[in-house]
Amino acid sequence: MLRVGIVGLGKMGLSHQSMINAHPDVKLVAVCDSAAYVLDVISKYTGVKTYSDYQAMLSKEDLDCLFVATPSRNHAAIVETALQRGLHVFCEKPFGLDPEKSFQLAELAESKGLVNQVGYHCRFIAAFTEAKRLLEANVIGELHHLRAEAYGPVVLRPQGSTWRSQKSEGGGCLFDYACHAIDLINYLVGCPRGVSGTVFNSVFSNDVDDEIYSTLHFSDRFHGQLATNWSDESLRKMSIKLSLWGKNGRINVDRQEIQIYLRTLPQPIENLTQGWNVRYTTELTQPVWFYVRGEEYSAQIDHFFQTVKNGGSSASNFRSASNASLVAAMMRKDAAREHTAVVAQGADNPETLNRPKGQKSYLERVFGGRS
Amino acid sequence: MAALTGSTNLKATYRESMDRILFGDNQFFGVNHMSEEKARTQAMRFQDIGAVIDVLDDVYAEGIRTFMCTTHERMQEVCDHFRANRNRYPGFKFYPCMPYAHKYANAAAERGVVGAFRSFLPEENALGALLRGGMSVARKDIEGLAALLIDAEMKMFAGLETPVVFLQNVVTDFLLGLGFDEAFRTFADHVRERYGAEPGFITMNAPFLLQRLEKIGIENPILCANINKIGFRMCGGGEAYEKLMTGGRCRLIAMSVFASGALPPQRALEYVCQYPQIQSIVFGASSRRNIAQTKQLIERLTPSEVAAQA
Repeated sequence: MLRVGIVGLGKMGLSHQSMINAHPDVKLVAVCDSAAYVLDVISKYTGVKTYSDYQAMLSKEDLDCLFVATPSRNHAAIVETALQRGLHVFCEKPFGLDPEKSFQLAELAESKGLVNQVGYHCRFIAAFTEAKRLLEANVIGELHHLRAEAYGPVVLRPQGSTWRSQKSEGGGCLFDYACHAIDLINYLVGCPRGVSGTVFNSVFSNDVDDEIYSTLHFSDRFHGQLATNWSDESLRKMSIKLSLWGKNGRINVDRQEIQIYLRTLPQPIENLTQGWNVRYTTELTQPVWFYVRGEEYSAQIDHFFQTVKNGGSSASNFRSASNASLVAAMMRKDAAREHTAVVAQGADNPETLNRPKGQKSYLERVFGGRS
Repeated sequence: MAALTGSTNLKATYRESMDRILFGDNQFFGVNHMSEEKARTQAMRFQDIGAVIDVLDDVYAEGIRTFMCTTHERMQEVCDHFRANRNRYPGFKFYPCMPYAHKYANAAAERGVVGAFRSFLPEENALGALLRGGMSVARKDIEGLAALLIDAEMKMFAGLETPVVFLQNVVTDFLLGLGFDEAFRTFADHVRERYGAEPGFITMNAPFLLQRLEKIGIENPILCANINKIGFRMCGGGEAYEKLMTGGRCRLIAMSVFASGALPPQRALEYVCQYPQIQSIVFGASSRRNIAQTKQLIERLTPSEVAAQA
């Protein structure tokens, strides 16, 4: 029996707690949070031991693994302490806000031979794993373009009082929706070597970005586009979709299904035919031992425990998560640069999009506008 | 029809004899487990609540009398329609399934866990005030909080027949995993006492849930679970489900029998109908033709002893 602790009982921590507690190979020993009322309820009704200080929990309890689901800003310090104590660590995404620190933690975990995983659960969605398998089998040939989109309803009003609405806490669409999409891109085709034309835009938030658009450069002949927006009410929950174009066809993939178009079928590949092929989640998804909110959430937790038991490296480890943080940091840097845009005919000087506050844009000067 | 029966724990409770066929509502709210495109097309079609009511009229005309529906905020308008036109729908009943969890999950991400609960509680409420000020959660507080949340979800059904009230799977299974068994008891008690209704539980982990419900003394519960030939979202495995379907320790409603369209109707229903202990089958459809065909198929495949009970 692996002995498990959890730090952070928000939406993710509680959902992890439910699945961990139902796992037959592990024992949930203790949980930690700063909110007294949450601890009160949890201890009274589920009987698990509670702490309000994670250091105290780590010194008093004999644990094998720690789940970290605090606001992102606290991840690094807690993860480091846990690794120093020799614990296997599962950390919620986006892992670290600072890629340099993230890579250091990846090295620390690897040097100590500890299993390390980050909750990029999209890697455990059957349709995306199928996409990865088909891309590795090169079924659509040499890739030349991809489009990654993630939309959903998180910030729909000009308010918000949690850490998710504060940049300093790791809030914003970048470290939430965009990181999921970035990690999925990295998982399927590898990291882009550069990004350009990145736009961060606030729709409702004061302090953080609500949508991000960016061009990704994988090689001279392979580019992609990322579009993420967490202020889209037309969807019930996050919807993430990738479209990939290769010289021999195209793949569209989301949580529910994978569509594969093949121009030619040079040699027989499984059940694929020339033209369109569609596979649904109902046939691709492997059963899980316990289901709360999607197989992928259960599957990632089971994968973590099996990796601890059997050895090896997690399919979503600190290193791969650091790569996602790195690409996110590249986007932030790119967006902060002075961008020169090509403007409408008749403009004497190119306008800068990031003009100083108060200065009118070219269009405002020509057509009028609020100053 | 609901019948008043004696119960061992002194309280008289209603025992609902459920219809063989229940109509579900996923198609109305853009839920499709197989395709986001299909889900969106449906969301567009049913944006006008009139389109939902048209389908429910077809359902009624085909002789289906139970609508199992989420406490989605849009259901309010459907309830208003049925209240205003009571005479047109004699015998029609609702099985509310609560809560509409995305509402809470999205609010939790936006306002934090306590903030989310607070936003769904009546402002003037004393408990709301306690939550606002921070509190130590004593047993009574939690029961009170649960009762308030249930009442808030039930409000839209006032005056309509609701003989069974369900806890949605995401909440049932979340509590089940936590080991928060008391919550099932609280839910069951409140639903019985306040609404004279039977509690039902929707779950993806039916064998595990039954064990736990029995442990806290909820005997022969109504469970609504995925039951389909391909084992889609039947956690605990085929063998455990087989036991459940033949064990006679719960009243079962089969949902997702077509596994979101992965199975052809005839084969899917042959599988479910071979288990006489499955009392009811819930399905959703958007066209009268589909509703009629599925209903006929279920009736044709239903063993006579099951048909006699319904």
